[in-house]
Amino acid sequence: MATPQRQQILSEPVTPIPDTAESAKMTASSKLNARNLNFYYGSFQALHGIGIDISSNKITAFIGPSGCGKSTFLRTMNRMNEALRNTRVEGDLRLDGEDLFSMDVTDVRRRVGMVFQKSNPFPKTIFDNVAYGLRVNGIHKKSIVDDAVERSLQHAALWAEVKDKLQKPASALSGGQQQRLCIARALAVEPEVLLLDEPCSALDPIATLKIEELLFQIKDITTIVIVTHNMQQAARLADYTGFFLMGKLIEFDDTKKIFQNPARKETEDYVTGRFG
Amino acid sequence: MMMEISPKRRVVNAVMLSLSGICTALVIGVLFFILGYLLWHGASSLNLAFFTKLPKPSGETGGGMANAIVGSGKVLLIAALIGVPIGFLAGVYLAEYSGRMFAFCLRYTVDLLNGVPSIVIGIVAYALVVRPMKHFSALAGGVALGIMMIPIAVRTTEEFLRAIPNSMREAALALGATKAKTIFSVVIPAAISGLLSGLMLNLARVAGETAPLLFTALGNMFWSHGWLRPIATLPVMIYNYAIAPEEDLHQQAWAAGFVLLALVLVINVTARMIIARGPAGSRR
Amino acid sequence: MASSLYIGDRLHRPRARGFYSRLTGGDEIAYLITLVSAVTIFVIVALLVGELWSNSQPAIKAFGWHFLTTSTWDPNSGKFGALPFIYGTCVTSFLALLIAVPLGVASSLFLAEMAPPKLSNVLTFLIELLAAVPSVIYGLLGIFILVPLIRDYLVPSLSKVAGFLPIFHGDFYGVSFLAAGLVLSVMVVPFIISVSREVLLAVPVEQREAALALGATKWETTWQIVLPNAGTGIIGSIFLALARALGETMAVTMVIGNTPKITASLFSPGYSIAAVIANEFAEASGSLYVSSLIFLGLVLFGLTIVINALARILILTTSRRGA
Repeated sequence: MATPQRQQILSEPVTPIPDTAESAKMTASSKLNARNLNFYYGSFQALHGIGIDISSNKITAFIGPSGCGKSTFLRTMNRMNEALRNTRVEGDLRLDGEDLFSMDVTDVRRRVGMVFQKSNPFPKTIFDNVAYGLRVNGIHKKSIVDDAVERSLQHAALWAEVKDKLQKPASALSGGQQQRLCIARALAVEPEVLLLDEPCSALDPIATLKIEELLFQIKDITTIVIVTHNMQQAARLADYTGFFLMGKLIEFDDTKKIFQNPARKETEDYVTGRFG
Repeated sequence: MMMEISPKRRVVNAVMLSLSGICTALVIGVLFFILGYLLWHGASSLNLAFFTKLPKPSGETGGGMANAIVGSGKVLLIAALIGVPIGFLAGVYLAEYSGRMFAFCLRYTVDLLNGVPSIVIGIVAYALVVRPMKHFSALAGGVALGIMMIPIAVRTTEEFLRAIPNSMREAALALGATKAKTIFSVVIPAAISGLLSGLMLNLARVAGETAPLLFTALGNMFWSHGWLRPIATLPVMIYNYAIAPEEDLHQQAWAAGFVLLALVLVINVTARMIIARGPAGSRR
Repeated sequence: MASSLYIGDRLHRPRARGFYSRLTGGDEIAYLITLVSAVTIFVIVALLVGELWSNSQPAIKAFGWHFLTTSTWDPNSGKFGALPFIYGTCVTSFLALLIAVPLGVASSLFLAEMAPPKLSNVLTFLIELLAAVPSVIYGLLGIFILVPLIRDYLVPSLSKVAGFLPIFHGDFYGVSFLAAGLVLSVMVVPFIISVSREVLLAVPVEQREAALALGATKWETTWQIVLPNAGTGIIGSIFLALARALGETMAVTMVIGNTPKITASLFSPGYSIAAVIANEFAEASGSLYVSSLIFLGLVLFGLTIVINALARILILTTSRRGA
């Protein structure tokens, strides 16, 4: 991207929260809010003044070119970035009004779950994978765990395929099945928010479709935030979409509006494929 | 202009190939010779008495090494109880917690410890255990061998834990596991086959060590009760019998050598096969 | 999620944060325990050096560094000098390397460059087994097989062919510098092979391919491209082997003859630092005797540390260059 445009974007004020009735509705039912969020890798500032309201029981998508900060922001929401060295975060992040940064970090991660880009099942059985989160949080009673595992696998549209081989190793599953297993594993601890970082990027179209379908279904039991580089996916799935560019949230609104009638030129350039 | 590869170069290539191959064959030949000779001579000297009887006094024939076999077991047990926890936990620290500078210093120190001749470690164990206690003991021998086990334990633990991809740790953390829980319920179980085979290789190595036991555990012609008395061990018995004048003792030395070598090689081969089949095996 | 209220309650139990909960969560404990283990290793090494140093003091005070140049070793009159043992250690190690280095480097070249991969892997596996054979077994084979062989075949031919050389002078009774050097060479060869092989394999494939694509033969590629690249690393492997040879105890003490003697002839019995400690420590009485032996141990320790450090630097330089 040409330098003068870059300068222009970076020098603009931080994300304005749309001052409309729609936004009021969003704030009222918002699960997760960020205000003035900055994030640094060493001396490099990766996120500039992010402000956003994530609505309950809706699917929110983050789109933007590579390196724009959407994944970084996602990982800030469950404080996964803290596991890296030499990082710093400033600003306000709230879950149901509670300050995320003053909560116990393992609590945060139980309540805000994450599914990663490449499926990463543990080298354990299918059952033990899904049950892991429960056991680690102190739930061991067989009947409860069995129930929860079955329920999670059903939500992840995987139960029918694995119910007879729960004791087989997770590595025996196909790529798409493994990713659904990871979703089931995340769902087992009943997260209030589920973050998904490009969950379908390593999968074929059929596997992708299965996952998109199940995301629609589980919208009712959790709040979904998905990072995707596939705009069509965002357009299909998301209720709300946020466009990130160079560490800033350029625009955040109803998905329809973002794709059909974006307010910002940068958004329009991106969604019409003029760059990136 | 096309140049044919000159016959001279071809010959040189062939000659060098053969020469280096011959050298390798020579080395391999030595291995098979050792194994073969020990197998033949040692196995033929083996009898039931070897495993069940105590050594007979000088001049009498027909003794065995029952006490040395048990003795080696006891000394190795102490060694493992000392060396494995320290080495394993330090390896966990290196792989999961340590900063760069500390890791460098620790690795260097561990390598240093690994390079210390075993006889010098025996001296140190003598100074630390035998002197204050005023007598030789299985404990002193165990301490010496335990110190020798530490470097390999640290290195194999660190290597196999590092081989587990970070995505595994992230998955556990994202479910609300603490770092400690992640390490002990996901990372270590994932690396377990490598860790166990590293342990086996470690044990096999110290099982054959003689020098550090010469003036720590010393030796014993009888059963050694408890842990605080001098104790007979297989390698030391081999040494003592080999340099003794009696032919009968030489036979027993061969038998003992066979048993020791068989044990060491079997453990080695098993451990290496486990490693080769494991997740980190495809690297080699 | 009405049906999951039961789990929900247990999961949503708020956790008190702060030191106590972190303590029971296991994080602090795990960190502390592993850190303590790591620090213990530093303590052990410090203890090691400390004990060696402090227990050598009586001998150091009595002899000073002349200890290293005196050749009398007389426990009865309390006179101790390290020279015969240093001499013996050096001679046997040097002889061992003389034989093992050409053999080992040639074999490693074969295994890394010339042999087909499957064969190379099998042979390497077998050679690593050779490295796992305990020292006392080598000693056993040395006494009963090697020494008679040398006595009956090697020595007569050497005397006939090169008997005028001082190193092949004199009578041979079996135990000797020669026997010790030969046994050591067998013990040290697997180290040279396995480290050199790794160093050679680390040379980037692109370098080899460039040479082969220009029409070089396998040997030419190896000799002119790969070997110079890996040269420092191979020297490092030789240093590692040297450090091993210096500290080797059992096999040496069983075939060297255990006589403190400085002589040019390889046929003569001799002594090494590790061998004299192994032989005399258990029965040494009198603090000066014991202290002198420990002083010898300190000398050996220092020697192996220095050589190991040099080896590591050499190997590290090669791998960094090749990366």
